[in-house]
Amino acid sequence: MPSSRRQPVPGTTIFDGEQARKGYALNKMCYSFNDAANRRAFVADEDAYCAKYGLNPQQREAIRNRNVLQLIEAGGNAYYLAKFAGIFGLDMQDIGAQQTGLTKDEFKAKLLAAGR
Amino acid sequence: MAKILGAITTSHVPAIGGAIAKGLQNDPYWKPFFDGFPPVREWLARVKPDVIVLVYNDHGLNFFLDKMPTFAIGAADQYRNADEGWGIPTVPPFRGDSALSWHLIESLVAEDFDLTTCQEMVVDHAFTLPMALCWPDMKWPVRTIPVCVNTVQGPLPSAARCYRLGQAIGRAIASWPDDERVVVMGTGGLSHQLDGERAGFINKDFDLKFMDSMVSEPAWATKYSTTELVELSGTQGVELLNWVVARGTLPEKVHKRHANYHIPISNTASGLMVLEPQG
Repeated sequence: MPSSRRQPVPGTTIFDGEQARKGYALNKMCYSFNDAANRRAFVADEDAYCAKYGLNPQQREAIRNRNVLQLIEAGGNAYYLAKFAGIFGLDMQDIGAQQTGLTKDEFKAKLLAAGR
Repeated sequence: MAKILGAITTSHVPAIGGAIAKGLQNDPYWKPFFDGFPPVREWLARVKPDVIVLVYNDHGLNFFLDKMPTFAIGAADQYRNADEGWGIPTVPPFRGDSALSWHLIESLVAEDFDLTTCQEMVVDHAFTLPMALCWPDMKWPVRTIPVCVNTVQGPLPSAARCYRLGQAIGRAIASWPDDERVVVMGTGGLSHQLDGERAGFINKDFDLKFMDSMVSEPAWATKYSTTELVELSGTQGVELLNWVVARGTLPEKVHKRHANYHIPISNTASGLMVLEPQG
């Protein structure tokens, strides 16, 4: 991802006002997953649940693909996306591996290497 | 007069809650992290605080993006934990201290810090897990005051502003006429990044310099913009702003009573410090 004045850190989307506006519906849906009944409702009928929160086509597609980089591109915030990932029992190493194109073991090895 | 006995700063990763629930404190992966805490408990048993002022960031439990205060403070006599969606068990409620909360609010607003006051507030893992690490039986022997800093949605408050907030909290506590014994906690960090192609970013050199500055040069982090702090410590490493607030409550000169640093827990470099005012 190229760096820019607004997003100067490579590989990083700082969650600023532009992202917050773009991602509002998506993050609002993810916020609803604090409630177990809402998590169940999403699993029972994903299309209806996404429609209820007014996700745009880009957000709907990113949710369908379970693709974290696409979800960030669509305005998702990491702390809210983590609640979405929680529905599928995914932890932060699963999410990190997906975003970096590594296997989970490779991603964990990368974290360990940072301590040496 | 109320007195600040010291500050505890620690990481607050949700996975700690999972490890506690599964009893993994002696598991080889977790032991280097959990082994940092017995000296903290011994220090707490010695200084015997009545009140914990706990500076943290909410992760979408109490606040959603519909209303995102830069700084918020609890003003209740009880704070509950609740389901955050990722399956860690909830913990027993915490006693508050609304009288001292309102004194802090009066004092801080008089110093031009315009906090959002919360007479109802649920507290998330960034509050509950550091408390559970200090008191594993979860029979909280202290009253608590949550202070919440926006590290979620930019623009974030600058490190300089966070440091000044801490200094103002220090003055507010010192001007409380009762004899409460107060410990300030700051939770979050250290370096980590959950999102983007740079996920998994950890910066040991920066973390160690930052921890050193907490002792010897408390305003060091204030020379960086929040974007620079993201670059140096990661998108979630910037939670170290909560440490900066806690440090600001202490005088320039402190004693380091304890420190621990370990990589990784979950995706995070974990840091832990206990600082006491000198003199």
